[in-house]
Amino acid sequence: MNDVVICLLNPAGFDRAAQGLAGAGRRLAAELGSQLKAIVLSPQSPAIPQEVARVADNVIVVDQGAYQPEPALSALTKVCSQLSPAAILFGNDTYSQEATPRLAHRLGGAAVGDVVEVMVHEKALRVSRQVYGGKAQATIELKRPPAVLWTRSRSFASANHLTTPGDITELSPDIPIDPRTRIVERKRESQSEQRLEEARVIVSGGRGIGGPEPFNNELKPLAELLGAQLAASRAACDAGWVPPTFQVGQTGKKVTPDLYLAIAITGASQHMAGISEAKNIAAINTDPDAPIFKHCRFGIVEDYRKVVPLLRQKLIALQNSQR
Amino acid sequence: MNIVVCLKQILDPEIPAREFRVDAARREAERGNANLVTNIFCENALETALQFRERWGDAKITVLSFGAPTAEDSLRKALAMKADAAALVINDKSSNPDPLTVAQVLATAIRKLGSFDLVMVGREAGDWGAGQTAGLLAEELSLPCVSFVDRIEAMNGGLRMKRQTDSGWEVLEAQTPLVVSITNDEHNVPRIPKVRDVMMSYRQPLTQWTLADLGYEMDDDKYYEVVDLSIPQKESRCEFVTGDTLDERVESLARRITEVTSAL
Repeated sequence: MNDVVICLLNPAGFDRAAQGLAGAGRRLAAELGSQLKAIVLSPQSPAIPQEVARVADNVIVVDQGAYQPEPALSALTKVCSQLSPAAILFGNDTYSQEATPRLAHRLGGAAVGDVVEVMVHEKALRVSRQVYGGKAQATIELKRPPAVLWTRSRSFASANHLTTPGDITELSPDIPIDPRTRIVERKRESQSEQRLEEARVIVSGGRGIGGPEPFNNELKPLAELLGAQLAASRAACDAGWVPPTFQVGQTGKKVTPDLYLAIAITGASQHMAGISEAKNIAAINTDPDAPIFKHCRFGIVEDYRKVVPLLRQKLIALQNSQR
Repeated sequence: MNIVVCLKQILDPEIPAREFRVDAARREAERGNANLVTNIFCENALETALQFRERWGDAKITVLSFGAPTAEDSLRKALAMKADAAALVINDKSSNPDPLTVAQVLATAIRKLGSFDLVMVGREAGDWGAGQTAGLLAEELSLPCVSFVDRIEAMNGGLRMKRQTDSGWEVLEAQTPLVVSITNDEHNVPRIPKVRDVMMSYRQPLTQWTLADLGYEMDDDKYYEVVDLSIPQKESRCEFVTGDTLDERVESLARRITEVTSAL
């Protein structure tokens, strides 16, 4: 009654988010003296379950074809109710976020999302997460097992490989077709194959950028130079300057890069909630009192229009001198 | 088509961090001088519903809230934005009910309101941000759920909607009844009601229920409990790059960036 289960929904690869999830699951299982099980639902490549088996004791593969919300939830419910989990952990992708509260409800458990820490406290599970747009941190004790959690998984350290890989079992639970909802079209809109959550360097623009053109003409070349992904604040996304998939913040992506370069972003707490796990934050802003500087490792008080073109030249010169 | 839009009134999330305080004993934010506002994603949901009615006609929009008596203001504003009817379930028990309690109360109230085809909620609230209402409400009502929707259209006998995913977007077709959670995009920025409509809204009927009216009893078998609430002290000291000229300062910035990124 105390297994730990990690779930990967329609994964494209065993990325850092999945590795962090396995790491969090492994440490929790060790604390509970139990096994780590993994459910891999409709992997996009047959290599993924084998990669998961290097860090999990048991891997259950359920192939349902392309993800559909209702059948996926039914399959997860069926597989989980045959196990006896104390905790079921997910990453922070869209599918995981929508599945967790409903799975908790069906299993008689309780869910918490956007978890950054999982603890065992006198046999109860406690988690911490940010609330009030990142202005406060809450510790929450789950009162009904299983605890169903989606986590900011990339911020967890990954798990060591097992000496002997875990077993892989394929299950085909009998799930009726659900005609009530159906995904009929899927469109990728990201800049590359890499998810923003996986990026190690992010160049991000805010309201102060002023329009879509500077994103394209100034920030994008800078990002390319740094091997970075481009992101934006909610204000810039709401203005339609960049697609909503670029949004970082409490209601956008929660990112964990090694460097987050915030350009013309004041640093409202709802934005900071998305980057609190970044290793280094740097900023370019005209306002020395902008809240962003309180979270920065380094920065410059100047108009980005003056800084960015020059910065590109300097970076190119530095890169050339290092060759 | 009967649409129910759930609204939550919250402490204004735009208050600056330096004015934000928590009451550690009650594990709640202190009200201070902050305004109470309707959660933005709930307003995005209402705006999406209003646009659906304008485009497809023949829809009755009822706004529903579970909260303190002050939540009446959120409902009045929604009426001023031209919702058709409003109902408030007054929370006379717990100041911060857990997500399951909220979903159960809303489900009970929705059933009491009568027949419905579509229930819309914001994807999460700017205070506790649990993001669970849509999913739990769908389970309580035994309905399917579609999350992170930003556009809804009528389609022969059902609905067609677009939703945001972490890598782009998806189009879904769905039968009613259905629960959806709404996220923001450039098309569902909430409209500003006219001053006259705001004044008029206070003359419109507004249903008020207590938990007892719904026959809902809070149980002690809690879903979860907040055991600690604190403000993290995570300020770091920013090193402002130095130099006599802009050129020197940017050079220094480039060096710092290169140090951090080449260590990867």
